[in-house]
Amino acid sequence: MKERELVIVGGGPAGMAAALAARAAGVRDVLLLERDQHLGGILNQCIHPGFGLHHFKEELTGPEYADRFVRLVREDPAIEVSLRSFVVKLTGARELSFLRPGALEEVKARAVILATGCRERTREMIAIPGSRPAGVFPAGLAQKMVNIEGWIPGREAVIVGSGDIGLIMARRMALEGVRVKAVVEIQKTSRGLVRNVVQCLEDFGIPLYFQHRVSMIHGRDRVEKVAVVKVDDDFKDLPGTGFEIACDTVLVSVGLIPENELLEMAGGEINRRTNTPVAPAVNLTSVPGIFACGNACKVYDLADSVTKDSELAGRLAAEYLGAAA
Amino acid sequence: MKYDVIVVGAGITGAAVARELSRYRLDVLLLEREAEPAFGVSKSNSGIIHAGTQNPPASLKGWLCVEGNRLMREELAEDLGLNFVQCGQLVVAFEESDVKELEKIKADGEALGIRGMALVDRAWLDANEPNLGPEVKAALLVPSAGIISPYRFVYALVENAVRNGVQLKTSCRVTGITRIEKGGFYVEAGGQVHTARFLVNAAGLAADEVSAMAGAPTFKIHPRKGEEYLLDKKREHIANRIIFPLPSRTSKGILIIKTSDGNPMIGPTAHETEDKADLSTTDEGLAEVLAGARRMMPSIEKSDIIAYFAGLRPAAGKDFVIRHEDSAPGLVNAAGIQSPGLTAAPAIAAMVAGILKDHGLRLEPKAEFHRLRPKPAHLFQVTLAETRHLIEKNPAYGDIVCRCELVSAQEVRDAVKRGARTLDGVKFRTRAQAGRCHGGFCTTRIMKIMHEELGLAATEITKRGPGSELIKEERK
Repeated sequence: MKERELVIVGGGPAGMAAALAARAAGVRDVLLLERDQHLGGILNQCIHPGFGLHHFKEELTGPEYADRFVRLVREDPAIEVSLRSFVVKLTGARELSFLRPGALEEVKARAVILATGCRERTREMIAIPGSRPAGVFPAGLAQKMVNIEGWIPGREAVIVGSGDIGLIMARRMALEGVRVKAVVEIQKTSRGLVRNVVQCLEDFGIPLYFQHRVSMIHGRDRVEKVAVVKVDDDFKDLPGTGFEIACDTVLVSVGLIPENELLEMAGGEINRRTNTPVAPAVNLTSVPGIFACGNACKVYDLADSVTKDSELAGRLAAEYLGAAA
Repeated sequence: MKYDVIVVGAGITGAAVARELSRYRLDVLLLEREAEPAFGVSKSNSGIIHAGTQNPPASLKGWLCVEGNRLMREELAEDLGLNFVQCGQLVVAFEESDVKELEKIKADGEALGIRGMALVDRAWLDANEPNLGPEVKAALLVPSAGIISPYRFVYALVENAVRNGVQLKTSCRVTGITRIEKGGFYVEAGGQVHTARFLVNAAGLAADEVSAMAGAPTFKIHPRKGEEYLLDKKREHIANRIIFPLPSRTSKGILIIKTSDGNPMIGPTAHETEDKADLSTTDEGLAEVLAGARRMMPSIEKSDIIAYFAGLRPAAGKDFVIRHEDSAPGLVNAAGIQSPGLTAAPAIAAMVAGILKDHGLRLEPKAEFHRLRPKPAHLFQVTLAETRHLIEKNPAYGDIVCRCELVSAQEVRDAVKRGARTLDGVKFRTRAQAGRCHGGFCTTRIMKIMHEELGLAATEITKRGPGSELIKEERK
């Protein structure tokens, strides 16, 4: 089994920042594994501005923000980037197995940083009853379809949840000529940034229903309508407040879940409620020599904050490697 | 074209009948109204290969279930490359006084020929099913029960039937049937008229309509809805067997079902509905299923649920309806196939072939019947050493499309080559999109592979057939 000094899983903003910071702190050998065919992670589909205000003191789009890091990573010969590489196994002794087209590779790492990001909570996780037609999308998938593929998922949409992805997709769909008929939020306030509520909904005249929930999805083959009802402070339906909205598309934006299946496989302790590593401080896990950063560690509002904390993860790994050397 | 037999419905029953008939020198046409086989009743099946307990000893379904279970264990799993796991089942009792009920189930089962059953006490359960809750007092262990993927069972039968000469037509709804005076039927389907000497009606929810069309309005289908909830694969080992409560009069109750793909399932509910298209899940159904499952295993949490669906059992009274209709000579009904239909299907198929023979169909074995169907490779089912071997033979096994369920580009391509035409078809064959992210990450990639393999534009790709297109417009 080939031995590597530092293996980083995930080539999004977290993994790239950790790789660069580890190198700056003296790590001589970094293997950066990315499952997609590009570095950059989810930033590649975030074509809206608002990135870099803290880190670069200027406003960039997601792909522009990612590109600054991609260049630095690519310029550093001591960072080996392996694309389309999917880790299938991680042990507590930091042995990794990963698949890529044509090969199953196995490496032993002296330190590992998990920068695996998160996945979206789905319609199923909030158990919206009803039928299961086409037209119900996690908002991030819809974002990928529209921004990367140029695929318009529907004509009339309702968005469940007012997280940032949902808000940004409301505007994005409106800009593409989709009629966004409502954003339905079960809480009393938006989970998203205030600037997104203003710029993505108010500026486009998209109604936002607080303390409402989608109580049923209708449609056999394709979504035809949703039922909406007002809820009280305990999330119980208020009788007589129900109404329906005709639509062919439902985007679900009800939060993110850190992806820590690898850490779990390695025997790391996970908080079952938040799916985050149980550890005394940010970027640490319960397994020595395995670190976590970015959205895998906790869900961040801003990519800039991911960068800042992930740089710390890179330095922590370097320190650990120095101590172990 | 003139066929010896037209089989209506490519669910588990029709698929098994078609495969059974493909042993003989016959021209057989298999018609399916949905976009792919298994898209009707069968797709919502729990995947249990029942041992045959909890059926009345004198019933048709009682002995067909026991015989189907035997055929699966002794022949079909091996021949068709199915991932059948004989995990066994437990029927649990919540009161000491219910133990005599378990003894009755055991005695009824033994009368049907089920072997190896044993009553087990709490100490045995603590050692073998440690997650059972304190309310469970004792259980009946039935070792011959097992689990299988219901749709992959259907696909295997259909593929093997087609390999042996059966013609399959999908998206082909039967719209009219006319009896020919000298014998046989004109069957109007998908805008064409086909002629057949015999008609086998395995049309599931529509079986009463098809039988009436053919001249035998002899029964009525009363759909009974069942909601099922799938748990995260992380909970794979909560149960080592299928766990049943003592059955009630209308259903086998809320079960904890081990599945052959790893995700445990809880359910199903059982509620009559008049709507043959009602596949909606409900808040009430979820509450009922959770309560039932948690009574047996209190550690099951709502947050373990990653998916849910509802299905309709095509009930026509208490028992199966499998018979030649003398009022419509040449028509054989295989209807009312509710639980344990998946298990019984191979035995039903043999029975249907026998009825056809009794009514004049010559069953002359083919010189060359291809009994075996190669087992498709699935990374999620094999060890890393085997994965390495697969990748060495074909690099695309190392190209992961679905991260939650570990499905490679090669498996998706194979699924399309084997007949998948929709995203659900890919999902049922490979598990891609069936995991905890629900296709959030892999859907666009799968659509691109379907585009490459089938030449479909993105706007033509559907979830489950016409009307369920995923996107409305492609901009370049």
